[in-house]
Amino acid sequence: MTNAASQTATPNVPKVPAISGWALGTLGIALVLAAPMLWVLGIAAEPSGDIWSHLVETVLSRLIWTTLALMTGVGIGTFIIGTGTAWIVTMCRFPGQKIFEWALLIPMAVPAYVIAYVYTDLLEYSGPIQGLIRDLGGFETRRDYWFFDIRSLGGAIAMMTLVLYPYVYLLARAAFLEQSVCVLEASRTLGRGPWASFFKVALPLARPAIAVGVSLVMMETLNDFGTVDFFAVATFTTGIFDVWLNMNSPSGAAQLATVMLVFVIVLIALERHERRLQKFHHTSSHIRAIVGYKLPPLRAWAAFIACALPVMLGFLLPAAVLGSYALNFYSVTLNANFWSFTLNSLTLSAAAAFVAIVLGVFLAYSLRLGRAPWLNAVARLAALGYAVPGAVLAIGILMFLGFIDNFVDGAMKSVFGVSTGLIFSGTVVAVTSGYVVRFLSLSFGAAESGLAKVTASMDGAARTLGAGPLETLRRVHLPMLKGSIMTAALLVFVDCMKELPMTVILRPFDFGTLATFVHQYASDEMLPEAALAALTIVAAGIVPVILLSYTIAKSRVSNLGAQTEPDAEGGQ
Amino acid sequence: MSGLVMERIRHAYGNIEVLKDVSIIAEAGKLTCLLGPSGCGKTTLLRLAAGLEAVQDGRIYLKGKLVADGKSNFSIPPEKRGIGLMFQDYALFPHLNVFDNIAFGVRNMTTERRTWIEEALKRLGIAKHRNSFPHVLSGGQQQRVALLRALAPQPEILLLDEPFSGLDVTRRAQIREDTLTFLKECGVAVLMVTHDPEEAMFMADHIVVMKSGQVVQAGTPVQIYFHPVSAFVARLFGEMNVFEGKVENGQVATPLGPFPIPAIPDGQFAQVLARMEGIRLVSGRDETALKTCCATTGRVEEVYLLGRSSHLHVRVPGPFGKGEAVLHVRVPGVMKPEKGALVTVFADPKQVFGFPLH
Repeated sequence: MTNAASQTATPNVPKVPAISGWALGTLGIALVLAAPMLWVLGIAAEPSGDIWSHLVETVLSRLIWTTLALMTGVGIGTFIIGTGTAWIVTMCRFPGQKIFEWALLIPMAVPAYVIAYVYTDLLEYSGPIQGLIRDLGGFETRRDYWFFDIRSLGGAIAMMTLVLYPYVYLLARAAFLEQSVCVLEASRTLGRGPWASFFKVALPLARPAIAVGVSLVMMETLNDFGTVDFFAVATFTTGIFDVWLNMNSPSGAAQLATVMLVFVIVLIALERHERRLQKFHHTSSHIRAIVGYKLPPLRAWAAFIACALPVMLGFLLPAAVLGSYALNFYSVTLNANFWSFTLNSLTLSAAAAFVAIVLGVFLAYSLRLGRAPWLNAVARLAALGYAVPGAVLAIGILMFLGFIDNFVDGAMKSVFGVSTGLIFSGTVVAVTSGYVVRFLSLSFGAAESGLAKVTASMDGAARTLGAGPLETLRRVHLPMLKGSIMTAALLVFVDCMKELPMTVILRPFDFGTLATFVHQYASDEMLPEAALAALTIVAAGIVPVILLSYTIAKSRVSNLGAQTEPDAEGGQ
Repeated sequence: MSGLVMERIRHAYGNIEVLKDVSIIAEAGKLTCLLGPSGCGKTTLLRLAAGLEAVQDGRIYLKGKLVADGKSNFSIPPEKRGIGLMFQDYALFPHLNVFDNIAFGVRNMTTERRTWIEEALKRLGIAKHRNSFPHVLSGGQQQRVALLRALAPQPEILLLDEPFSGLDVTRRAQIREDTLTFLKECGVAVLMVTHDPEEAMFMADHIVVMKSGQVVQAGTPVQIYFHPVSAFVARLFGEMNVFEGKVENGQVATPLGPFPIPAIPDGQFAQVLARMEGIRLVSGRDETALKTCCATTGRVEEVYLLGRSSHLHVRVPGPFGKGEAVLHVRVPGVMKPEKGALVTVFADPKQVFGFPLH
């Protein structure tokens, strides 16, 4: 989802004192952002009566096994599809290969819950596929023939694999491109065939990147609510919702969430570990453009189908189904408050993107200025939200804001004798802060890598030319960061548009977004009536995919350009 | 006192002490050079002067006004000091064009300032790049933009960090000369850091030689070149002929005859250093030359033609005719004696120095 680039304060940037407005601001922001997670742990420690032992006796082991099975299944599925297509597209040449390079990313635009609704609609008993089978075979009832049940653990694995494999594809492809062809050629001259070279050289070299991709996929799997809820697969997320809403036990939910955090910590550790390894897996700086192996016709077809299937199933088919529904039922959707839901989605996402950018830039700049070693740790803690499932965050936020509301209310009552009631809980503030906590790492990471482009002496130059820290930020850093900030804002915006579990828990009463609207209608088996809204979410999701492929194409061109163009003057 | 005064500066990064009680003065209207090998702390000194690094111990005055004091932690931030700094990597802002880069530090863009910038751009031959962005400029052009940017806010003093090190060797001399002329025209006080002694000699009114965090010698180029206080300073300008021996009667015996070292007591060991270019050479046996101090005869052993000069090895008898020694001599390129030729060598006493040997 993001690069949690691990880089400490830039050396030689003019430093501010260890305790400054920047440092205190960072500490404050980090504490507020980490508060939801801390609250979950705090509530979980409270005695919850019999709930916990009840949970342990009944559902806990099932939740753990189902969640593990789901994560493993999706992990393996995305690994095979992502790595396989990345390898074919990078190393082989066949008709359509250029298009697949970016087209394989597109399923990323579709939220897992949307694709789940579509396939359920297609494959369930009353759907067109089974209907066709019944017609053709002359079957009367369900018992007369066998057909798999899409609303199952296997179905959930398939759905999530179809839309999450691009994470692995993206990172694996980047790793394959970075590998020096020379290494592969060396392997070939040493007597290994193309297949053996792939398994003995290319795959081990790309392992850290692929592992990062898979761990990101697993984080997304843990986060998912819409699919597992719809398929009634009992994972942690559905368990938390169940305990929270049906058993009405916040502390029980918090205890489940805490167990879930253990999963998260393992995944983060895995991701960080592999990211560190990545540095050592650069084979050589001598990178030559990969010529590519031209496939003979039969194999070219096989490669074409291998690449076309994920795009077909992950994007084209669901988009076509949604499109045809939308054409037929758009008036129903428009009458069902579509515009107000769209407006809600846009406003909330824009507000969250704005806040996330401001905070992200503040944290990144403060790290650059700061010299206190604890600042770095504190800022990274603040950006950890990306790994924490939305349901867990949502519970934390609800509890944290409830605490603040009670505190303010109590204080106001005792001092002025007036009750303020709930100020934050159940308002758009709660939803927005949920989005910010979860997606801050996107803007923080972008701001950090953007700031790395500003050399330390540029800071010094601005300072000696009469600009203070804030003015330097405004006149040098921000203009240079503009591009990466805009991209990050867009990414946060789109992720907020797609977000479901936090929105469901945190939204005010009678308040809906596009995502909750689609979720609600699809749960009521009314997908066609919500198709336009689902299509809108998918369309929004395509924007970052386009951006991503554009950035990749651009960076490759500039890489090659830097090699061929002679330096303007030798002295540099 | 006008100009920049840095008093008793000490500075450490962690446990590593990079400046050990350094005091320097850069007078107004003059060009002062900090000369020393890399890692001697000269860039740190510049950063301290600019306020980019907090003073740990010592004081800094600018135009007689205290700007930083290590004891009281008093420090005027860099943006309030009125000091211009040109970075070794130029640090041009990639998002601003040439003019906007230069104008960055000008608080109040009057017509006078605008005209100054336009004129300076013309003067340095980069007027046609006025609206270009830094990445399309050559290294030399970037260097000039960086110089103008540092000068545009009319700083009290201009600090230059290795200003020519990023340039091609073939262009360096020309750009160095242009820069010097331009700086003299501007009349600004300059403190420059370099590791190139020739550059320091060429540019500076005043040279401060530093070695591992300490000032070794400060003085005019003439003083530094002709009156070095230590072998380190003398050797900055190239390898030398070194003779070692015990001081007797206030003299040290060398192949070129006894060299007087009155400052060192008899019985102690001393070294005598003679510059390669300070040794002259005439062919044959020249009696008049031999009558001067520091002269002897020898045979040419090796000749290396270097272009502008030639490098010779001359085998001469050792002190008091005992043993043999090889002298390294630099002579103008046109003079190229045959191998084995008999020559008379005699040293310019101003280019021979004696120091105690520790």
